[in-house]
Amino acid sequence: MVDAFSTTIWPVTVLVFQILLVVVPLLLAVAYLTYAERKIIAAMQLRQGPMTVGPYGLLQPLADGLKLFLKETVIPTGANKVVFVLAPMITFILALIGWAVIPFGNGIVLADINVGVLYLFAVSSLGVYGIIMAGWASNSRYAFLGALRSSAQMVSYEIAIGLIIISVLISAGSLNLSAIVRAQAEQGWYVFWHFPMFLIFLVAILAETNRHPFDLPEDEASLVTGYNVEYSSMTFALFFLGEYANMILMSAIASVLFLGGWLPPLPIWPLTWIPGPLWLILKICLVLFVFIWARATLPRYRYDQLMRLGWKVLLPLSLGWVVLTAGVVLAFDLAQGGAG
Amino acid sequence: MTVELFVFWLLALVAVGSAVMVIGARNPVHSVLFLILCFFNAAGLFVLIGAEFLAMVLVVVYVGAVAVLFMFVVMMLDINFVRLREGFINYLPVGALVGLVLLAELILVGGSWALREPVAAGASTLEGMDNTRALGRLLYTEHFLVFQIAGVVLLVAIIGAIALTLRERVGVKRQDIARQVHRRPAETLVLERVEPGKGV
Repeated sequence: MVDAFSTTIWPVTVLVFQILLVVVPLLLAVAYLTYAERKIIAAMQLRQGPMTVGPYGLLQPLADGLKLFLKETVIPTGANKVVFVLAPMITFILALIGWAVIPFGNGIVLADINVGVLYLFAVSSLGVYGIIMAGWASNSRYAFLGALRSSAQMVSYEIAIGLIIISVLISAGSLNLSAIVRAQAEQGWYVFWHFPMFLIFLVAILAETNRHPFDLPEDEASLVTGYNVEYSSMTFALFFLGEYANMILMSAIASVLFLGGWLPPLPIWPLTWIPGPLWLILKICLVLFVFIWARATLPRYRYDQLMRLGWKVLLPLSLGWVVLTAGVVLAFDLAQGGAG
Repeated sequence: MTVELFVFWLLALVAVGSAVMVIGARNPVHSVLFLILCFFNAAGLFVLIGAEFLAMVLVVVYVGAVAVLFMFVVMMLDINFVRLREGFINYLPVGALVGLVLLAELILVGGSWALREPVAAGASTLEGMDNTRALGRLLYTEHFLVFQIAGVVLLVAIIGAIALTLRERVGVKRQDIARQVHRRPAETLVLERVEPGKGV
């Protein structure tokens, strides 16, 4: 018995505890991201935002959650029930499992796997399934059009994201996210070396998470609200949570790949005193602010403009940058990880 | 029974089961979803034998891109599910024959499986490398030519797809961003001084 306890039960308990340690703060962060979004946009538009529920409206996200929780779940008659219920779950689960490989500090990571970057890329490319399944299973024209737009959009922008990631990988010489951050400790943050790619990455993750100004799948003017139009109560809440959790995940990826993850901006005393996870959270908040800022500032793209931007602008630029990076690394013999 | 063996059987059984459901499901969209489940379990099997790079690439390429396009097409088709089933008995003998031939070939290949000498020799130098590095080392050095040829084949496929779908349509208004940006007020605006009460 003791043997089974020490080899199986105890490690599993620890793992579950660690997972909860990531997921619970993440869900809280999602709730307060919606609050932050409303407050920041309100400030940019000279309004006050939510003010009535709790001091400064701080309990607003909880009230919203409770409201959605208490509503009735409506499943349309013509819907494909299994797929209809499965879709929001997939969106939500995919938004959570990506966090398994994000390093919060030196050695603080749930799964320190060697193909961490590919894992994240795989998870983000699966995100399209929740949306496309929802759109199809709803048996509604608006939802279906939203899903089609979304899948074309996500597949297109994924290519740019993939190529940008390749540039970073060539510089770091590893697919392990912790190793990429450590490489940035030596070489300097990649936001300096790959600055144009950082900008393109920000644009591409806006499209990948279906956020403004690329939120055509949810274009209320032409599609009501797109793929989630038939969803109500908790099924809708799962989509909502998934979308915001995806935003945070994408911000975390941007922070790890370009902004040095858990590293302080300069390795000097007062900055190194602040723990690594806090730096990562600060950087994530910075990228999230850009998400919200873009929503408050930019008008929505037209669909053909969106496709043109993805295929004719971002793709050639990022492909060219991969060749440039590889050429520079080869010419100056900068390859990391060498013979390994 | 160790945990690893249990996981293997779980993945393998679900993979085979979902593969059967791909051809068994009445609804083509369900077929694609089962195909995706099958890919996932195959990726899980890759992880079990330590080929994590292949597992991830399988998910990224097949599930993340190819199956999305499958789904895209299947969802757009207006398929009559009943008519699709009609000829099932007629096609069964041919289908079974093809299946048997494939099975026999697989058994023959699997029975005499051995790494060819140069491959085995190359593999021994990769001892202790992680997956990604080992694959890259082999692809870009020893099998460089094959790799390039595969690239050319894909390029031909891309050009073929473009050539098939590209058509010039008349009367389509396209946005020329360079032209829009280079437009000057003098070319497009005419300022007129209008007398009150007269109009233009």
